[in-house]
Amino acid sequence: MTGDRANDLFGPLALSLELAFVTTLLLLVMATPLAWWLSRSRVPWKPVVQAVVALPIVLPPTVLGFYLLVLLGPYQAPGSWWFTLTGETLTFSFAGLVIASCVYSLPFAVQPLQAAFDLVGDDALEAARTLGATRRDVFFSVAVPMAAPGFLGAAVLSFAHTLGEFGVVLMVGGNIPDETRVVSIAIFDHVESLNYRAAHELSALLLVLAFAFLLLMFVANRRRGHA
Amino acid sequence: MRSASPGIEFAYRLARGDFRLDAEGSAGTDGITGLFGASGAGKTSLLRCIAGLEQADAAHLVVGNAVIDDRVSGRRRPVHRRDIGYVFQEPRLFPHLDVRRNLEYGARRLPAFEPRAFEAVVERLALGPLLSRKPAGLSGGEAQRVAIGRALLRAPKLLLMDEPVAALDAARKRDILDCVRELRAETGIPVLYVSHQIDEVCRLCDQMLVLEQGRVVASGPLPSILLRTDLGVLGGADAGVVLDAAAVAYDPADGLSELTIGGDLRLLVPGRHAPGEPVRVRVRASDVSISRDANDASSSILNRLPATLTSVRDDAAHSVLLELRLPHGESLLARITRRSLRRMALAPGDSVVAQVKTVSVRD
Repeated sequence: MTGDRANDLFGPLALSLELAFVTTLLLLVMATPLAWWLSRSRVPWKPVVQAVVALPIVLPPTVLGFYLLVLLGPYQAPGSWWFTLTGETLTFSFAGLVIASCVYSLPFAVQPLQAAFDLVGDDALEAARTLGATRRDVFFSVAVPMAAPGFLGAAVLSFAHTLGEFGVVLMVGGNIPDETRVVSIAIFDHVESLNYRAAHELSALLLVLAFAFLLLMFVANRRRGHA
Repeated sequence: MRSASPGIEFAYRLARGDFRLDAEGSAGTDGITGLFGASGAGKTSLLRCIAGLEQADAAHLVVGNAVIDDRVSGRRRPVHRRDIGYVFQEPRLFPHLDVRRNLEYGARRLPAFEPRAFEAVVERLALGPLLSRKPAGLSGGEAQRVAIGRALLRAPKLLLMDEPVAALDAARKRDILDCVRELRAETGIPVLYVSHQIDEVCRLCDQMLVLEQGRVVASGPLPSILLRTDLGVLGGADAGVVLDAAAVAYDPADGLSELTIGGDLRLLVPGRHAPGEPVRVRVRASDVSISRDANDASSSILNRLPATLTSVRDDAAHSVLLELRLPHGESLLARITRRSLRRMALAPGDSVVAQVKTVSVRD
């Protein structure tokens, strides 16, 4: 295997993993309060928020990607702010990909978390309050540990979903090596240029990776259930 | 002027759909106060208000010297700063923590954690063998004991208990009630105990509040409240009183213990009681009959107490409830038929003999 070929294989893979990792981390931070609010709030307009969060599941990635392209581009806020601030555009950059991935994978983080928080219920939380814990303390010492399977599910699904992302990346990120050329884009590129061998290698790698992640999640959930 | 040791005073108003809570009352701090009423009377709602878990429309709560909810300023202490423990109907243990960490949860959030208090509670509730277990592996009775220990270790100024033994079998129930009574005596923490089972209240409580449709309709010492047969929940089949007696001797041949009330009245009850042990006896109105004859040896009834008839109350179409006074001032209730009342020509002021057929005992 020549150095170029290795770079062709592992460059996109490293970029995909980095994107998925950063996105998952950011999503867990953002989705946790959102999921908690969705689980506890009784405001009448909650379904509106739920629908907005779930939109990326339904919308074609091209639609999502198109809007993101417009919003992240240099001619329109908030993309223009970034341009003023850094002199670079968010579109066709790694940072832009991270933002797009966070939007695209948001429901895959929020929904498992919300389901887990729903399952926690109020009983244990009320008990903790009467035992002298502040709301914040109760959240971290009772709600989060009780919802642990939800966190695992959210992390694995966000990671895997970001790894498998194609349409949005194509729209927002294009195909710039080491910046936006992730595995799924590279595969498409290889197929376009009839380089089936390289497409096979990358596809197989992604398949194995996706399977390993899902297996990890199910095994971990099983362990928890039997503990 | 009020007495030097202020008790617990509360007043809460709350509306939830059709249900209205408008409960105002007080309780002493030196015992267990039963909060008694039918299902849906608002017992749990009141308890939740006191714990700060409900947003009441109006709130007032004083525990000892501390004003927790102030109706004047409208200031209300948040749940975690009330120092009020709560044992729920379900144990509500934290599933991710083992028994030890569950017990320590509240104690760790105190300014000073007292390891000796921990050991005392663990020993009293027999939790030692459970400490490293997870809640999922506990039986209902074990889990509820952990919940009681967890609440106590927070060293609350008031302990609320909401039918904590409702889901348990009779033997477990008795064990836990006895534990609660002993722990209360040792710790001195006042307890508000919710129940819709009069037997539980009689076994456990010194004072009693009766709740009906969201209102406190009676409150005071247990023996006098039990005479309020005009209240739906205290009349009917369960009407009866409690007598506090002391064991004198045990007869192993017949399996009976002899008790005295006030030194001279004698009462035989089934079961073994050590001499000197205080025994509370529950006497149902339907287990008491009346005789005019002080020396009727032909009866199978062993317990014959001299009494004075103080009042005759309507009961059912065929029966009346008699209120009797024993020589030392204790009261008894007796249910007899209207026909017997007429035939014996009973009237208030008459001296009679109360024949107590069986007694249920708190041991």
